Amino acid sequence: MTPLAAYLLLSALLFAIGLAGALTRRNAIIVLIGIELMLNAANLNFIAFWRFGPNPEALTGVVFVLFSIGVAAAEAAVGLALILSIYRHYRTTNLEQVDSLKG
Amino acid sequence: MTAPIAIIAVLTLAAAVTAMSLRNLVHCALMFMAALAGVAALYLGLGAQFVGFAQVLIYFGAVAILIVFAILLTRGTEPPREPILSKAWITGIAIAVVVFGVLSAMVLSSKALTREPGPTPQLPVHQLGAQLMTKYVLPLEVIGLLLTAALIGAVVIAMHDEEGG
Amino acid sequence: MDWIVHRLWLIPATPLLAAGVSALLNHRRRRLAATLAIAAMATALVLSCLALAHAVEHPGQGSPVRQGVNFLWLHFGDPHASGTSLWLGWVLDPLAAAMLVMVSFVGLLIFIYSVGYMAHDENFARFFCFLSLFAAAMLGLVIANSLLLLFICWEVVGLTSYLLIGFWYQRPSAAAAAKKAFITTRIGDLALLLGMVWLYSQTGTLLFYDGGQGCLEPSALSRLAAQTTSLGIAVSTGIGLLIFCGAIGKSGQVPLHVWLPDAMEGPTPVSALIHAATMVAAGGFLVARVYPLMAAYPEGLKGVPGTLQVITWIGAITAFFAASIAVAQTDIKRILAYSTISQLGFMMLGLGAGGVAVGMFHLLTHAFFKSLLFLGAGSVIHGCAGEQDIRRMGGLRRFMPVTFATYAIGMLALSGFPLFFSGFWSKEEIFHYARGWISPWPLYLGVCAALLTAFYMARQVCYVFFGQSRAGVSPAPGAAGGQTGGPSHIAHESPGTMTLPLMVLALFSVVLGFIGTPVWPWFQGFLTGRSAVTEIGKLFEPDVLWLMALSSSIVFLGLGLGWWFYGRRPAMDAAEPDPLERLRPDVFALLRNKYFVDEAYEVSVIRLNAAWASACDWLDRRVWSGAVNLASWAVVGLGWLNRLVDEYVVNLGFDGSCRGLTEGGTRLSGLQSGRVQNYMRVIGVGLAVLVLLLIWGCHAG
Repeated sequence: MTPLAAYLLLSALLFAIGLAGALTRRNAIIVLIGIELMLNAANLNFIAFWRFGPNPEALTGVVFVLFSIGVAAAEAAVGLALILSIYRHYRTTNLEQVDSLKG
Repeated sequence: MTAPIAIIAVLTLAAAVTAMSLRNLVHCALMFMAALAGVAALYLGLGAQFVGFAQVLIYFGAVAILIVFAILLTRGTEPPREPILSKAWITGIAIAVVVFGVLSAMVLSSKALTREPGPTPQLPVHQLGAQLMTKYVLPLEVIGLLLTAALIGAVVIAMHDEEGG
Repeated sequence: MDWIVHRLWLIPATPLLAAGVSALLNHRRRRLAATLAIAAMATALVLSCLALAHAVEHPGQGSPVRQGVNFLWLHFGDPHASGTSLWLGWVLDPLAAAMLVMVSFVGLLIFIYSVGYMAHDENFARFFCFLSLFAAAMLGLVIANSLLLLFICWEVVGLTSYLLIGFWYQRPSAAAAAKKAFITTRIGDLALLLGMVWLYSQTGTLLFYDGGQGCLEPSALSRLAAQTTSLGIAVSTGIGLLIFCGAIGKSGQVPLHVWLPDAMEGPTPVSALIHAATMVAAGGFLVARVYPLMAAYPEGLKGVPGTLQVITWIGAITAFFAASIAVAQTDIKRILAYSTISQLGFMMLGLGAGGVAVGMFHLLTHAFFKSLLFLGAGSVIHGCAGEQDIRRMGGLRRFMPVTFATYAIGMLALSGFPLFFSGFWSKEEIFHYARGWISPWPLYLGVCAALLTAFYMARQVCYVFFGQSRAGVSPAPGAAGGQTGGPSHIAHESPGTMTLPLMVLALFSVVLGFIGTPVWPWFQGFLTGRSAVTEIGKLFEPDVLWLMALSSSIVFLGLGLGWWFYGRRPAMDAAEPDPLERLRPDVFALLRNKYFVDEAYEVSVIRLNAAWASACDWLDRRVWSGAVNLASWAVVGLGWLNRLVDEYVVNLGFDGSCRGLTEGGTRLSGLQSGRVQNYMRVIGVGLAVLVLLLIWGCHAG
């Protein structure tokens, strides 16, 4: 197994863990944490590919990860603001109770 | 893959698992921070120092704190009385397992991933800066815009409505 | 003067025009209606006289001269081939000319009489309209050269008879009598129609005289006489019998005579014109018209043809039968009605035994004296303010002298008083030929009938004109409103419009006899186309003289008996029973009830008919209506089925699909749980699937 494959497996596992948490926990904030974990796994993927890939001089992977981290920060901010707003309205952060968009 | 990297990887994974399974939300947030730290260490091990520090700075310094604040503001500090997992948690676990399985199958069966690695690349920061200012200037500006919009949006969403409601 | 032959159609057309115009008139224009009718009739009379003059001027040599005009009415195929077309036409021959003058003359007199008789009736205009229509139809019948045209006019005559009998239709008895007349004559008319159709099928034409091709001309007749039907009688006999049945109905011969007495419900001028002089004579005229057919006989056979035998027998029986009933009647008009039936029997007897001239002579004389008698009876009724029962009249000789005188003349003519009255000479002819017939029984029946005729006429005259006035007395004792003794209404003589026709008719009743005496048989010669020679010596031939003596003695015997019973000691009051009744009450009762013929018909034919009618009604209401209802129910059922299909199949299908859509949508929207984690799960699954596709895609590619 090449190091690249190892890192990719690691990031896949991290991604799966984050996904499991996002899919199973009731609390919205934990779901957000899980999403952040998933994002981190993806970033790890990119850096691994940059390190072990064919063209590391282009710095594509690094730049991508930088922007990804930036976007993740913005998204976390907005997401948490949303959770606060939902908490104010529903008095709960339990995702199973927030279903007024139910069809 | 050297031993320290392996240990860090295992610790990161353990932190992630606990972050997803603890009852107390603050503990989850702390474990999340640990996982983030582990990932930052991995970045450093891979030679992407700038990204590692950026990770610590942004994720550690901003996102994790933000999460803790949100936990505090939504009264998450008290231990929840109801079960922590949703009703269909088995489906979620199953899906996660399936996804992992698929991804690992893809990784392991791919021929492109069997190449031997080259030497460690250098990451001169000034080169990174120059790239950002020339090749990736548009995304840079756009992300600035995005951050502004996110800021304004977050403020608006979380603002108290004076009219009540 | 051939133009009269071509203008012969004007004779029936003028009264028809008058009838048409009167029909459109306001009923208040009485004078106009009467004027139109009388003017039309006068015109017809003038034209008829011209026609008679023409016929007299062109006598035949051995056979009568016939001139006519034929025209095509409709055709189905070649108009000139036989059997594919219907021709109509008129003919002027001595028979037609004589009848024309008689009908128009008697008609004119009766029209004038009606002006006075119907003066108080409010339906005056309608009366004259119907009378004109009748006159038109009768005149058309007389000149018809086609059996079809004759039949058409025959039916119109029947129609007007119905209209006029039921003229006072608010009276139920009048309405019933009109119906009875129409239906009874209809039975005869049906046979006539059948005979007509048979004749047409055998000869291919219904024209009488058509330059050799007509159905009464020798070629057709010999063909008809030669063929025999399945019953063994000759075709000509069969057709002749059927046609005679029509005459039986119209002329009131024995089986179908029942309508004539009831027809007296109509006004008296109607009885005079239609049921004495003209319509009933139409039967006799028909027999005279188709006489060649009736007399047709296969070549080489001897004897009397079957049809003529039947005619003679029926005539003789009718004459006796009706005369016997007349003896016991008490209604002045009914006595005359039965007398008419009896005299028509005489006519048929004459036609059968003696031929056209004999029968027509009697028809002619009878027309005059019978209409005279009817008009006289009308005058009596008018003068007695509507009274018709002879038991309640009496002594009118003093109050109505003109009426009495003319009535007496008519009575004597009818009885056949010797030498001076027309009835005598015409009956003489009949007896003469009856004597020479193959069987003596018609003669015996005729003689007995003549005896009875004289008897009942004397009875009637004695009851009505002699003795004391019994007016105002109820015949049934104890009836309310009757006074005993003393007239409640003074009878008065009728006005001039009524007595003048009486006098004219009386004159002709006397004078007309002289054209047919054995001394100078002008009429017979005129009709048969042979010239007549005046031979005084004929009168004194033993046969003739013996017969004259016989009939004279019969007449005197009858009159004497009548005077003996009724004139010697006239009845004092109306409740007194008839002397004959005292003598033989059972016979008298039988005669008074007309031999119960009406009752017999009622029980048999009419009840059968009513049962059949109700059976048909049941059939109509249940079966045919049932079928119609079934059809309508089938349609309704079909509609219901349609609705079912529409509601359940179509709607259900449509609704079902809509509901399916809605439910599907509802179920699908269940996917929208509103829970974010569910969505994420789905995304996770999608990710796995995509990656799998990528792997396999890459590997496959």
